[in-house]
Amino acid sequence: MQAIRIKPSRPDRIFELANMFFLCLLLLVVLYPLVYVTSASVSDPQDVNSGSMWLYPMHVTIEGYHRVFQNPDILTGYRNTILYTILGVLINLAVMVPCAYTLSRKDLPYRNAMMMFMLVTMFFSGGLIPSYLLVKNLHLLDTFWALVIPNAANVWSIIVIRTFFQSTIPREVEEAAEMDGCSVFRLFGRIVLPLSAPILAVMALFQGVGHWNAYFNAMIYLSNRDLFPLQLVIREILVLQEMSVSMLMNGSGDMEVMAEQARIADIVKYAVKIVSALPLLIVYPFLQRFFVKGMLIGSVKG
Amino acid sequence: MQQQAKLAAPKLRSPETSLGRRKVTKYWQLYALALPAVAYFVLFCYVPMYGVQIAFKDFVPVRGIWGSEWIGFEHFDRFFHSYYFGTLIENTVLINLFQLALFPVAIIVALSINELKNGPFKKIVQTITYIPHFISVVVLCGMMIAFLNPSTGILNRGIEALTGRTLPFLTDPSWFKPVFVLSGEWQNLGWGAIIYLAALAGVSPDLHEAATVDGATRWQRIRHINIPSILPTIIILFILSTGNLMNVGFEKVFLLQNELNMEGSDVIQTYVYRTGLLSGQYSFSSAVGLFNSVVNLAILVTVNGIARKVSHTSLW
Repeated sequence: MQAIRIKPSRPDRIFELANMFFLCLLLLVVLYPLVYVTSASVSDPQDVNSGSMWLYPMHVTIEGYHRVFQNPDILTGYRNTILYTILGVLINLAVMVPCAYTLSRKDLPYRNAMMMFMLVTMFFSGGLIPSYLLVKNLHLLDTFWALVIPNAANVWSIIVIRTFFQSTIPREVEEAAEMDGCSVFRLFGRIVLPLSAPILAVMALFQGVGHWNAYFNAMIYLSNRDLFPLQLVIREILVLQEMSVSMLMNGSGDMEVMAEQARIADIVKYAVKIVSALPLLIVYPFLQRFFVKGMLIGSVKG
Repeated sequence: MQQQAKLAAPKLRSPETSLGRRKVTKYWQLYALALPAVAYFVLFCYVPMYGVQIAFKDFVPVRGIWGSEWIGFEHFDRFFHSYYFGTLIENTVLINLFQLALFPVAIIVALSINELKNGPFKKIVQTITYIPHFISVVVLCGMMIAFLNPSTGILNRGIEALTGRTLPFLTDPSWFKPVFVLSGEWQNLGWGAIIYLAALAGVSPDLHEAATVDGATRWQRIRHINIPSILPTIIILFILSTGNLMNVGFEKVFLLQNELNMEGSDVIQTYVYRTGLLSGQYSFSSAVGLFNSVVNLAILVTVNGIARKVSHTSLW
């Protein structure tokens, strides 16, 4: 090993330099839009729109954030999204984790058949319309449940959890528990679950990110604005650029009022992005190692 | 003695029967644990699969899925001969081929990060490149709309400063695909690399030591050790991504779509959404959706078959 470290050859040095250069470039490309949005969210919209603000904040103002937190739609959306995320994750875990444990037991009769039954759904689905009709027939349209029940489980996550159980719970423990007359329910609750904290964390996060960021189901299943999640509200502001009346001044055709409306729309545009993404971005670095671990487990072919 | 034998016999048998009974209880309990998930899949995956028969029917909501009349392939026929068919297929396939062409980016990023020594820089690179993955599609599209705006967007301001003109990124159909695919790459290049990094972590250090002793350069070691080692992972992910060939990131297409770029941005799934949920042609759009799923499945099976023959790595 020492001989190796003493003389890094010329091609290796060139390679290392090129590699560093490539990664720094990559960092720049990834980072710039993020920095720009952050700076724009605290800058005067005039500087942002004219292009003079391109990296660091100019004429710092927090009016954007102020306006965002005054908007009743955003606040309701925020509350709804938090509820959808928490409830959605709880349902996900309650449905998927026990099933994954069952599938991890190699002594289970018809295990492969059950696996196939689930895998089919990964590659074939009824599609948008039949799913929509189902949700409609179940009378879930325009209810809170429409966003947490139709996506209660997915095969990929079940496979990842199953793989975790297979690789971490020693078969001997299960056998010993069985010999002592411990029921499967007890085994699952008292031994398996306490050992699976890492995978529970990973899955809660994966699913949580999914629930937090989803807008499409909400768009097709909900029409009651009181139930809208944050992403749907943001979509109206950012993509449809349609500010709800409550956010704007009284809509008289006055030029000055119109200009003011446009200014508010501009100032809110960046702040709202930060506000919606911030909770995940704050949580993420602390849980990064779990995420990576989760992907690692998932990459083991199941 | 006889009495003793009689007494002993049931005692001997009893552990066996209770073991059998215990087994039944055990399996019953194991199945009970899986029950919620199985019920979910039946209700939310298999019932819609059953419901997809409306693609072959003239669906009338009051008569229900079963009561509506069979009309065979009429909806499919109408779709194949419709004015949009060519454009939809072209857009769907091109967007995906473009995406597939960028498939190696994540591998290159992973190989590159893997060459760094463990330390703060490696950690920073990883942490930062994963961030965009956590940004929602809505926010991402909002960012793009802001950056690409011809009069106020920072990208167009930059281009204007350099060339004196601006580019109609979101209003010209021909710009849609590059904008869509490249922004997707920005969002996922770091995250996509994680799985390869995990595979690379499993490469035996002995191989590298031996190669270094033999005078192999880093580049040679990447080519002859790292890449072959992660090849099975690459193949599996490649098969999976071709299995999605006809499923574009439809939620994002939908957000970036507008009347001006429609010609370049309309894909099968957005068409299904429009004809089905917005104009209420449930049967017709189910047929279009079904066509999409079947093509997808066929591609997946074909690619998987080829991979199994050529490389002995496959999904099944």
